[in-house]
Amino acid sequence: MRRRVRTEAANRYRAAMGFRAWPRRRLAAVSLLVVLLLAGGAAAIATHTSGPAPYTERNVRIPVLDGPLNNQHVVLDATFFTPAGTGRVPAVLLAHGFGETKDAVRGQAIGLARAGFAVLTWSSRGFGRSTGQIALDSPRYEVKDVEQLVTWLARQPRVLLDHPGDPRVGIAGASYGGALALLAAGYDHRIDAVVPQITWNNLATALFPNAAGGPPLDGVFKRQWAGLLFVQGAVGFGPQGASRPGSAVSPAAACGRFLPSVCAMYQQVAVLGRATPQAIALLTASSPATVAGRIDAPTLLIQGENDSLFGLDQAAATFRQIRRNGTPVDLVWFDGGHDGGDQESARIDALAISWFRHWLAGSGWAGQPGFSVSRNLGFDPSTGAQSLGVATAPAFPGLAGSRRTLLRLGGPPQWVANPPGGSPPSMSSFPGLGALGGSSGLGLALDMPGQSAAFQSPPLAAPLQVTGASTVRIRVRGPVGLTLFAKVYDVDQAGHAILPFSLAAPLRLSQPSAGRVVTVVLPTMDYQFAAGHRIRLVFTTTDFGYATPAAPARYQVALASPGITLPTDPALVLQGRGLQWWIWVAPLVAVLLAASLLLTGRRRIGAPGQAVDPDVPLDIVGLTKRYRDGQLAVDGLDLRVERGQILGLLGPNGAGKTTTLRALMGLIRPDSGTITIFGRQVSAGSPALSRLGAFVEGPGFPPHLSGRDNLRLYWQAIGRPAADPHLDEVLGIAGLGSAIDRKVRSYSRGMCQRLAIAQAMLGLPDLLVLDEPLNGLDPPQIREMRDVLIEYAASGRTVILSSHMLAEVEQTCTHVVVMHLGRRIAAGPVEQISGDGGALLIGTPSPARAATVLSGLGGVVNVEVHAEGVLVHPGEVSASDLVVALVMAGIAVERVAPSRRLEDAFLALIGPVEQVGLAGTANGAAPDPAQTAKAVK
Amino acid sequence: MSGQTERPAPELAGTADSPAVTGTAGRAGTARPARLAASAGYSPRRTLPLKVEAVRQLRRRRTLITFGLLLVLPWILVGAFELSGNVPADPQTPGLVTAATVGGLNFAGFAFFASAGFLLVVAVALFCGDTVATEASWASLRYLLAAPVPRARLLRQKLIVALAYSAVAVTVVPLMSLLAGTVAFGWHPLKLPGSGLELSTGAAFGRLGIVLVYVLITELVVAGLAFVLSVSTDSPLGAVGGAVGVIIVSNILDAITALGTWRRLLPTHWQFSWLNALQPQINWTPMVEGAVVSFCYAVVLVALAFRRFRAKDIVS
Repeated sequence: MRRRVRTEAANRYRAAMGFRAWPRRRLAAVSLLVVLLLAGGAAAIATHTSGPAPYTERNVRIPVLDGPLNNQHVVLDATFFTPAGTGRVPAVLLAHGFGETKDAVRGQAIGLARAGFAVLTWSSRGFGRSTGQIALDSPRYEVKDVEQLVTWLARQPRVLLDHPGDPRVGIAGASYGGALALLAAGYDHRIDAVVPQITWNNLATALFPNAAGGPPLDGVFKRQWAGLLFVQGAVGFGPQGASRPGSAVSPAAACGRFLPSVCAMYQQVAVLGRATPQAIALLTASSPATVAGRIDAPTLLIQGENDSLFGLDQAAATFRQIRRNGTPVDLVWFDGGHDGGDQESARIDALAISWFRHWLAGSGWAGQPGFSVSRNLGFDPSTGAQSLGVATAPAFPGLAGSRRTLLRLGGPPQWVANPPGGSPPSMSSFPGLGALGGSSGLGLALDMPGQSAAFQSPPLAAPLQVTGASTVRIRVRGPVGLTLFAKVYDVDQAGHAILPFSLAAPLRLSQPSAGRVVTVVLPTMDYQFAAGHRIRLVFTTTDFGYATPAAPARYQVALASPGITLPTDPALVLQGRGLQWWIWVAPLVAVLLAASLLLTGRRRIGAPGQAVDPDVPLDIVGLTKRYRDGQLAVDGLDLRVERGQILGLLGPNGAGKTTTLRALMGLIRPDSGTITIFGRQVSAGSPALSRLGAFVEGPGFPPHLSGRDNLRLYWQAIGRPAADPHLDEVLGIAGLGSAIDRKVRSYSRGMCQRLAIAQAMLGLPDLLVLDEPLNGLDPPQIREMRDVLIEYAASGRTVILSSHMLAEVEQTCTHVVVMHLGRRIAAGPVEQISGDGGALLIGTPSPARAATVLSGLGGVVNVEVHAEGVLVHPGEVSASDLVVALVMAGIAVERVAPSRRLEDAFLALIGPVEQVGLAGTANGAAPDPAQTAKAVK
Repeated sequence: MSGQTERPAPELAGTADSPAVTGTAGRAGTARPARLAASAGYSPRRTLPLKVEAVRQLRRRRTLITFGLLLVLPWILVGAFELSGNVPADPQTPGLVTAATVGGLNFAGFAFFASAGFLLVVAVALFCGDTVATEASWASLRYLLAAPVPRARLLRQKLIVALAYSAVAVTVVPLMSLLAGTVAFGWHPLKLPGSGLELSTGAAFGRLGIVLVYVLITELVVAGLAFVLSVSTDSPLGAVGGAVGVIIVSNILDAITALGTWRRLLPTHWQFSWLNALQPQINWTPMVEGAVVSFCYAVVLVALAFRRFRAKDIVS
């Protein structure tokens, strides 16, 4: 009877929340493949490589003998699953639901086989390819079959035996199979563990319930469900049955595969709409209630909350009966059932496996303790589904709960009418809708006006978690056969009423009543009524699912107790969901992780080196920096600048000038060496940097601000609000005129350049570092800049200037440092460096010829033709030898003087080094000076 | 100074001997006491004040356009609803979308729904992802650092301002929606999606306030992510796009139900958990979980940003 039902509740809520109109999910679907590759793939591979345990499966046909006289030959179509290996293992019998075959439990069987059990599934007599007829789990038929299957198992070489002929075996099944499991355990004591799901305790009370406490003979016929089951047995039910061509029922086949006695019983009951003693006897015989008192196999009872066919009260009865034997029995209420809900298949299957592991294989019990209840924790929009939690308690307290709350109900005595023919009926659930893929919990509850009486509570002050069967006492007046259906509604503040689990409790009085007081046991449930909600108790005269009297009648319903008694079980504690442990642990871990990220990996910047004179603006010792790409940019640089100096930092591209400047601004971290500014070692963000003004690697301004705002905001950002920025003076230097109030975005390169120099000079820093400050300036501006810098240094401040305009450097700087390939190759006053090259300027009227002659001399490094003569780097050749050579060649020599041009000195300094790089080219000839000069540029 | 230049000579040279400059020179130059390590009045605590950073960011076209869009969006939505005619609200199970036109309060709730998934993510990613990377691309970062604004302080100030802008961005959408919705659809109690329960104005503001706070917390993930990328790249577009991209991937992963409980680790898994605050009974659990996940990601990401930036060579 059990059908796996996918819940529609999630979709319903998603629609309610507006998800349906939202394309997010569609986008997701489109990109599914990408994502599988991205991350899902990795997870999938991981689970597959870990590999499920292999198993083998074998179809067998097992002949059995049953019937009252044990003379009916039936062949059961069975499948035997065994785990890998050759040893003996415990076995599990897996029974299917009504209308199903052994194939319905194949997935579960494989799961059990992989968990190490030998599993036998079979189609019950009358189903699938098994022969025989349906006897409704009769002890004379189906139960006898199971006993013979146990014997069959005992003969299998892979099955563990307790004694010869007595295998170590458990039995599980849902609904029809669940009852069979319980019955078999009651009749065959070789069975060692039982896991029945969503099944009946007493088929008579399940199909003829009476909430007024009368015998099932006086019960109200659960007509819709009974009819569905009968049809399922006769012709099959569900979409496949309905659509099968040629499924028309021939008159002879009206009973389908039912045993004729069962068929006749049903037909009689269905026509009468009432129970007959024969029917009660037949149904009772098929009920675990008759044998539960002798079940000694540990039993895990699993019952669905969404079940109007076999309610939670059925399992509670079985629990009580088995418990009385002293047999271990646990009770699980899960979200599924015959009416749909979340079947929680994975969890339920795992529970069954761990129960069998514990009682058949002797390993630990990883399930829930005693009593566990699935609770709907409400819609979780992030998953788009109802979120479930599991509450557990050490033991099931019974349907009356461990505590009871009396909630006052209000409402006068009310008259209700039973419509002639019982139509139109009120509604609680729609039996069988779950089997069709819908959910009968869709809120179909409907109370026909005039046919229902309602009693309502005041709003609840606090949430109320009801676990068990509530009771209420009512006083009723009415004729014989008075039938009522009691429903407990949850009414929210807006007045919307929800019928929890779509359950109704039918009651019927076999005697006419003139104000008899009846205790009504309301539907069993685990449900939370929220604070502010009301509880409404409704009695209707009809219900779609039940057979009701056809004769028109009027009944009066009045409260006989002040209210409704609601059972609660405070011992139930929500596990898992709710605020989980990680809610508290995760932030702590995150904060610790963050702290460790911040506190580790700090590199201490150099040891405090030797005391440096605090009056020295800049002192660099042994600076070395290798970038991450492996380029050694600066290699052991030593540099010292004194107060009042204008230091020219020279070097070809790639000499390490910019790297040096970056390091002294604290932008990059040197690999070794120290930089001290006014005696303080510099690292990123050192306060000493506040005495430094810098313009390095071009200007950098937010382009959306004007020049003036840029300078103003920069000054405000650098943490010296009290100091004088000397804004007017530096603006004068920038010389931008009215453009200063235009956005920087509109500036030319030169304007940006001047603004950046002005920014560097804001506050007139003690040490001013300018990197290529003259690029983009026109000659008058260059000249101005020169004067500005000279004056700046004259006031006792220090300027470091890096430039390729050697002539300007020569005119502006007092000192020069020449760098090449990351090293300092010369340092000193400008005059010293520029005169240091050893180059000679030889004045001659015919420089071209002179150059030819001199180039021919061995040892001369370089000859360059100038307008007024030739510039010679004589190398080892003495000046007099040069003159002699020229005179000998008949070339007039007007004068011979050392060349004092910085450019020449610079070229001379870096030339030999260049030559190293060029060695092997052009027969070791001197490098082309023009090329060298280009390289410098 | 020089007769060769037509423009007035810079003042500095001329005033070198004036009291002002000599005074400065005296303070900052030769006469400066040797023990002074920093420039007079320099204090790291006064560098890059929040006000300055806020002004620097506010005047940007990017900021103004973003806020413009966020403020116009509710009116566009109103226009869309007016154009299509009011969606008939299903009395049984109104959704946020179908009940959007009930009144200003519902419209504000709908605006959250419409913008939280992507628009607000982009806005937050923009403010937090752009902040350092842009400075690097302007090359102004090195001048701030050399000023010197200590690196940790620079990040802190920028983060605070970026988060403040993000918070304002997240807040203006529902506020403007409240206004636009009220103008267009009138004032009506908040009709909760699903149940259709109507809340009084006070309760409705409370619920929307909870939603706002929750959305702000979930956006912290985006902020942290964008911030890490911002200090890692010199390309503002890369940082913003990268953060948005990661969020999109996270969204896609979240749609794969096969990932099961692993999805709970995804930052976007909890993006719409605030819908729990619009149920008749507020379901706090998913919101607390979502907030915790978001907080954890954000804390670690921000710490990572500080760690990266601390040791980074600024070569832009």
